[in-house]
Amino acid sequence: MHAQNNVGMADTGSPSASSLDEREARFQSRIDDGIRVEPQDWMPDRYRKTLIRQISQHAHSEIVGQLPEGNWITRAPSLKRKAILLAKVQDEAGHGLYLYSAAETLGITRDQMVDDLHTGKAKYSSIFNYPTLTWADVGAIGWLVDGSAIMNQIPLCRCSYGPYARAMIRVCKEEAFHMRQGYDIMLALCAGTPGQKAMAQDALNRWWWPSLMMFGPPDGDSVHSAQSQAWKIKLFTNDELRQKMVDQTVPQAEHLGLVVPDPQVKWNAERGHYDYGDIDWEEFYNVVKGNGPCNRERLEVRNKAWTDGEWFRDALVAHADKQAQLATAQAA
Amino acid sequence: MSAARHEYLLRLGDNALILSQRLGEWCGKGPALEEDMALTNVALDLLGQARLLLSLAAEAAGNGADEDSLAYHRDDREFRNVLLVEQPNGNYADTLARQFLFDAWSSLALRRLLTSSDAAIAAIAEKAVKEVSYHLRRSSDLMVRLGDGSERSHAMLQTAIDKVWPYSHELFIGDAVDAEMTAAGIGFDPASLQDEWLAYVREVFAEATLKLPAAGGWMPKGGKQGLHSEHLSKLLAEMQVLQRSHPGASW
Ligand SMILES: [Fe+2]
Ligand SMILES: [Fe+2]
Repeated sequence: MHAQNNVGMADTGSPSASSLDEREARFQSRIDDGIRVEPQDWMPDRYRKTLIRQISQHAHSEIVGQLPEGNWITRAPSLKRKAILLAKVQDEAGHGLYLYSAAETLGITRDQMVDDLHTGKAKYSSIFNYPTLTWADVGAIGWLVDGSAIMNQIPLCRCSYGPYARAMIRVCKEEAFHMRQGYDIMLALCAGTPGQKAMAQDALNRWWWPSLMMFGPPDGDSVHSAQSQAWKIKLFTNDELRQKMVDQTVPQAEHLGLVVPDPQVKWNAERGHYDYGDIDWEEFYNVVKGNGPCNRERLEVRNKAWTDGEWFRDALVAHADKQAQLATAQAA
Repeated sequence: MSAARHEYLLRLGDNALILSQRLGEWCGKGPALEEDMALTNVALDLLGQARLLLSLAAEAAGNGADEDSLAYHRDDREFRNVLLVEQPNGNYADTLARQFLFDAWSSLALRRLLTSSDAAIAAIAEKAVKEVSYHLRRSSDLMVRLGDGSERSHAMLQTAIDKVWPYSHELFIGDAVDAEMTAAGIGFDPASLQDEWLAYVREVFAEATLKLPAAGGWMPKGGKQGLHSEHLSKLLAEMQVLQRSHPGASW
């Protein structure tokens, strides 16, 4: 790898392969030392690209994630629940905003990212392609989906890229509240009428497997894992996080008096973890490819909101331009 | 007097509740991320006001009612909101035009209620007036930026205003309940707000290069007395579905 001698070329604009290697090595050793990467710092192109993909996907997930729960705002069964849900969905929009800003520090614009989402080029968490059929789904999403998100995001508060780590700290505080409100909805349903309890069980049945899929493919099949771990933008493997989620959730389900829809879930004293059954990865890849129950609908709604809002966004620009012209004319 | 006070609280509470419900329909579908969040904020504030007002109404009724029984177990003929707030969202210009006319009225109404002889109502007004002042600043600012924005936004907003304008008249029409509340020093005479409201709207429209719709013409009313448009029953069908289909359940 270091075959070429490049003395005297290290500081030119287009570094040779080995000076790039040296820069990358220095970059890596800073990361190993726990030094945060900031936007103005040099970084390998692949690091930048990987982060843009990861952060923008995360941002898109927050934005599209508003839709399944937003579906129940107008039908929330009490005014208190309605207020909590409104606040929660608003938080998710805020998360999208912080994350788009974090990604923008890497040299991409929000418009570009939004465009990639709308054309289907960019991905978002496949869990949001499942429908929210009952009120209990709002509870299950808070409990399981926000629960999984926390599992994923708490380690990212220590990730190597400064703006991302800082965004995650803000986001995680709110995610903890999201998970609690979801679990609280489930508690109320499970302490309620037989109809309400059946609704809760049905929601768990439908959201359990997709929530476990949220952590991504098994470690053996995960494409970007090793490099991302070296760069500290992924701190645990998919399977490690998934196991944590199972370990946390099974006792919570028991506390609710609900049954996890996997007969193979069993405490394994030797491992100190719950065992669980095989995940249907074919379903996962199918949803990622765009064939989930709501992929089309979610993208259509986002696209429609964007297209319908074009006049509004353009008008604000037009007004600002007029004001600027006026200011120039007055100054002249 | 307590019957009139109950009625009065329902009117104020239902205005906030129904408008909040309408704004909630936009959540996640606004024209820009920041706008989505700001509108949801307004929805949250109004919902908070509705809860305080309906809880106060329920408390005084003392028949085991609470904010939820009032919100979820009354039929449309029992709702007391003005027709303006139940009008469908339409496009975003329609929503903003409705919001501006309401905010301008509500901020005046709440300021009157600050000096209400009813301490509980005055306390709610004190909290709400700060929120609504912010809503009004926001909706006035958007009137100006969109009215004096692009040709398209100007046309859309003017159309929206012309469409929603007739529903503003009801805000200023008093009845026996208003008279009783005014006499008791609890409320105000709706007609007494009209000049100030119109002056403010005129000022914002002038800056926004928007035309004030002509006076007179069609002036629908009746919401305050429980005679609504066709839209309210559908709004309630959606809002109340779970409470109605699971009688007696807690959530
Ligand atoms: Fe979030
Ligand atoms: Fe969340």
